[in-house]
Amino acid sequence: MTVTTDRQERVREGLGSSVKRPDGVPKVDGSFAFSSDLHADGMVWGHILRSPHPHARIRSVDIGPALAVPGVHAVLTADDVPGDKNFGLEHADQPVFAHDVVMHIGEAVAAVAADHPDTARRAARSIVVDYEVLEPLVDAEAAITAAPIHRDGNVFADLVIRHGDPSVEGEVVVEGTYEVGMQDQAFMGPESGLAIPDGEGGVDLHMSTQWLHVDRDQVANCLGLGHDKVRMTLAGVGGAFGAREDVSMQVHLCLLALHTGRPVKMVFSREESFLGHVHRHPARMHYRHHANRDGRLVKVEARIVLDGGAYASTSRPVLVNACCFAAGPYDVPNALVEGWAVRTNNPSCGAMRGFGAVQVCFAHEAQMDKLAAALEMDPVALRLQNAMKTGDRLITGQLIAGTAPVAALIETCSAAPLPAEDPDPDPMGLPGGAGRTADRARVRRGVGFALGFKNLMYSAGFDDYSTARVRLEDGVATVTCAAAEVGQGFVTLAQQIVREVLEVDEVVLAAPETATIGSAGSTSASRQTWMSGGAVERAALAVRARLDAGEQEPIEETYEHHHPPTSPLDADGQGDAHVSYIFAAHRAVVDVDLDLGLVRVVEIATSQDVGRVLNPMQVVGQIEGGIAQGVGLAVMEEIVLDGGVVRNASFTDYLIPTALDMPDVQIVALIEEPEPGAPFGAKGVGETPTISSSAAVAAAVRDATGLELPRIPIRPQDISLAQR
Amino acid sequence: MSETATFRLNVNGEQRVVEGAWVGESLLYVLRERLGLPGAKNACEQGECGSCSVLLDGTLVCACLVMCASAAEQDVVTVEGLPEQKGELTDVQCAFLDEGAVQCGFCTPGLVVTVHDLLERNAAPTELELREAISGNLCRCTGYGRILAAAQAVVAGRSGSGRSQREPSA
Amino acid sequence: MSGPVLLPKSLDETVAALRATPDATILAGGTDLMVAVNAGMHRPETVVSLARVPELRSWRRDGDELVLGACLTYTEMEHGDLAALVPALCQAARTVGSPQIRNAATLGGNLGTASPAGDTLPVLAALDAVVEIRGRDGSRSIPVLEFVTGVKKTALQPGELVTAVRVPVLRGPQEFLKVGTRNAMVISVVMAALVVDLDGRTMRLGLGSVAPVPVRAREAEAYAGGLVDWAADGRARIEDPGVFARFGELAAEATAPIDDHRSTADYRRHAVSVCARRALERALG
Repeated sequence: MTVTTDRQERVREGLGSSVKRPDGVPKVDGSFAFSSDLHADGMVWGHILRSPHPHARIRSVDIGPALAVPGVHAVLTADDVPGDKNFGLEHADQPVFAHDVVMHIGEAVAAVAADHPDTARRAARSIVVDYEVLEPLVDAEAAITAAPIHRDGNVFADLVIRHGDPSVEGEVVVEGTYEVGMQDQAFMGPESGLAIPDGEGGVDLHMSTQWLHVDRDQVANCLGLGHDKVRMTLAGVGGAFGAREDVSMQVHLCLLALHTGRPVKMVFSREESFLGHVHRHPARMHYRHHANRDGRLVKVEARIVLDGGAYASTSRPVLVNACCFAAGPYDVPNALVEGWAVRTNNPSCGAMRGFGAVQVCFAHEAQMDKLAAALEMDPVALRLQNAMKTGDRLITGQLIAGTAPVAALIETCSAAPLPAEDPDPDPMGLPGGAGRTADRARVRRGVGFALGFKNLMYSAGFDDYSTARVRLEDGVATVTCAAAEVGQGFVTLAQQIVREVLEVDEVVLAAPETATIGSAGSTSASRQTWMSGGAVERAALAVRARLDAGEQEPIEETYEHHHPPTSPLDADGQGDAHVSYIFAAHRAVVDVDLDLGLVRVVEIATSQDVGRVLNPMQVVGQIEGGIAQGVGLAVMEEIVLDGGVVRNASFTDYLIPTALDMPDVQIVALIEEPEPGAPFGAKGVGETPTISSSAAVAAAVRDATGLELPRIPIRPQDISLAQR
Repeated sequence: MSETATFRLNVNGEQRVVEGAWVGESLLYVLRERLGLPGAKNACEQGECGSCSVLLDGTLVCACLVMCASAAEQDVVTVEGLPEQKGELTDVQCAFLDEGAVQCGFCTPGLVVTVHDLLERNAAPTELELREAISGNLCRCTGYGRILAAAQAVVAGRSGSGRSQREPSA
Repeated sequence: MSGPVLLPKSLDETVAALRATPDATILAGGTDLMVAVNAGMHRPETVVSLARVPELRSWRRDGDELVLGACLTYTEMEHGDLAALVPALCQAARTVGSPQIRNAATLGGNLGTASPAGDTLPVLAALDAVVEIRGRDGSRSIPVLEFVTGVKKTALQPGELVTAVRVPVLRGPQEFLKVGTRNAMVISVVMAALVVDLDGRTMRLGLGSVAPVPVRAREAEAYAGGLVDWAADGRARIEDPGVFARFGELAAEATAPIDDHRSTADYRRHAVSVCARRALERALG
């Protein structure tokens, strides 16, 4: 039941037009309330004391010095957690406060509330913790068989996918071992929130997060309170990209509020932010690609190890994703994939845009290029020959029933005109920029191509439904939906949908909160357009039906939107685990300083499979932003770990692309083949721009240098020292 | 709290008194926590992100790196003070909205101030000059494409040509 | 205005303030100090701000030298007449931080912080700059290579401040190269500053981020300096292409780089050799 397109002409600012965001004006004039902007009368400030060791036994904690600091209202430790001592998205293994052992650098040990944020910080630092430093387990491969560092063991998840006949061999075999470093989401708005006790044993939490209800549930469990006693409201979110899916300060804030009887605000510093949220799983992947001389893929073998860090978070589903999509968007008749997600004393890893697909994409695309070279085939032609299409099967056996315009992506993206080489480039535009290091004679241009894909929505039996309410009263439509707006523009879409269906101009968005509406699921997995957009649409259509039947306003309808059920994977990794898929192609052009190894990404061209464009401007924004993160992972972003200690927890040394690093983006084609079953026929577009853009950049650098470069981020020494 | 300071600042054309501020408080902290001006944002407190960009005596600086008491009697302009009239939006702010340059919005106030400053000093920047001018403002959501388009739209609008020099690629 | 931040209006007032509280925190641009304050690593008590001292903010020509006020900002060093007189300093200034940082951060602050990665330091080393200091006991001057004594350590005594830096006005090409893994806002991995003095017929190479303090690659300087045809076609040049590579090798040998989270010693040595060579090629090739 989707809206027909002829309505677009009749409805102003409906689906398909570049409607401006409803929160845009406050965002440009500085009045938009991010979670770090919140205030309450009488509020005090919270600060968390964090472990300086990646692995240590806690012998004792002396909070006396902190309590003695003037202006301190509360000092809390593990003993003060009244309910469940642990929380966690899949598995509650993460302590609110470490009690007997710390498992990763920066783990929370205590929390302080005080009159001034500086006082809270000083007081926290005055707490004396007696640590017995332990040897950290930091090697993911070794963790598989090492002595357990946790009572739940070192393996969060392991799985095998056997597809077709795994014993088959191809005429040509290429292999490689690939690595992806730990990327950080590095959103701009640091974790922050405000907890207000209600005076009756309950608490209201205003928090920037990705999934209100699941946060609420974990907080309530840890506080030993019923769900009705913990009410969460979404505060303005300054970006997320997966890092806010796990609880960070929520329990600490509520605990401090309930203990002090005062509103408590906490804002992480950038360093705390780096230490206080999950990261992208570092991966080590060994692959063998088998093909016949005619270029047809015969088999893909992969062994994937993901370093999940100290706690489980979402390591299992990340691993499932990585394995399911390990062979890439190709028709692969036989496959053997083995994967592990393991526990170490490195920082915890969880969701980041791409969710496992980014890592394997880097590997499988490097492999496809190696295969093309071995077959003496053009790498684009090789991909075209094996491109997945509707009716093919994944390596998990699932039929691709929906749209899969992979060939169109390849053809359009690879045919895009290349940027001209400037005969007299401005030195600022060369590798090295203002550093003036480049010698034009030693700058080589390279071009690389990559394809990627992943699932939309959650998988393997998880029912990630979404709920929305639409109320029509006095000609004004009000939408209530707990979908977290993190910048992606769901708020705009919600208005567009309701304007389209109800043909009203004024659409108001109620505050997303747990007290007034059911769960909308997480803002992740590129799912909100389909799931929450679908919930809003269906609620609006139900209102419409009643209007058309002659009912008078006010009319209100609530709809809980479920996607078709999926199945878990069996012991051979087979099963109909996914709802739908998104595909993208990227072509990167880079200039490389061959002697210094500095890389300038000149242009990324892309074709994306979008189902239907509901807001062109917002789609462009997602694509360009996602590509920026892919570029960052390819050439500059990595959390540097040294024995489990983070060496670069700051923007000084965790480098994300600036405007001088970001290439031009050429959006070659937005393939609109409406996806059956998707509301409006639209797929999500949040993740695919990130998935194969890193792989494309790496391929381009390989083209320029002739080097294998099996690891991202590519560092200057990977290029320059190999050339000597 | 040890030493405190009391001083005056001219913020967005209005004289403001700051009393009993701890000596180490940055201009950013004072604006946000004492003067009710939360437009400037704190994303790093190290001068590495530009989200706290303000004009101090007409010069673009990171407010997080200004020891507020040392800015006594100086003129501060924040994003809130850019429009000539309250409730209006500047052409830069409008362009950010029109061109889709705002997603989460956390970097937006700093960028709006930075673009204003650039265009006061250079009415017709090249693309590289534009990129260099905003290279001190990190954005994690947009990839800068729509931000550059917004700045170019303002340049075109102010020069009266009415046509952006840089069309979006879509 | 009341409180612990002193805003002297002249150098004399500044020195007097420092004499009264020699432990006072000196505040110039604040771009290093406030990072430490914001992180709770430095808790200022009395602060002497240099922001309103006009002598520190200006520069002047004194014969064949420039006297650069300690509170000159990078933006001021990047533009105008000063930029033309000391091109390597202008080039270095442009690579510092961001426009926001460059508008506030100062030459004196770069010296006072004395980071091994300080962007002006290799340039000042190549220029044989002299640091002028004032304190309770009067004025003194120290060559920059004696001023920076270790990682974030200087020869400044309590109650002293850097007031100016003297650099020569030289006729000849100057090149500053900085390697970083991002095109803006990046701490250098290595830096090379080459200054050619056509009249004095010398060349000087300052290197940064390759030792605890800025380094002069004297062997490289002597080697290449001896091979320059100083009067060729009215423009000095080095004819033998092999000299440039050898110059780079010798420059690398002058370094003592480390492995850290930004880079490796191996890469730094290699990058110095490349940058030194390219600087020389541009200047005298």
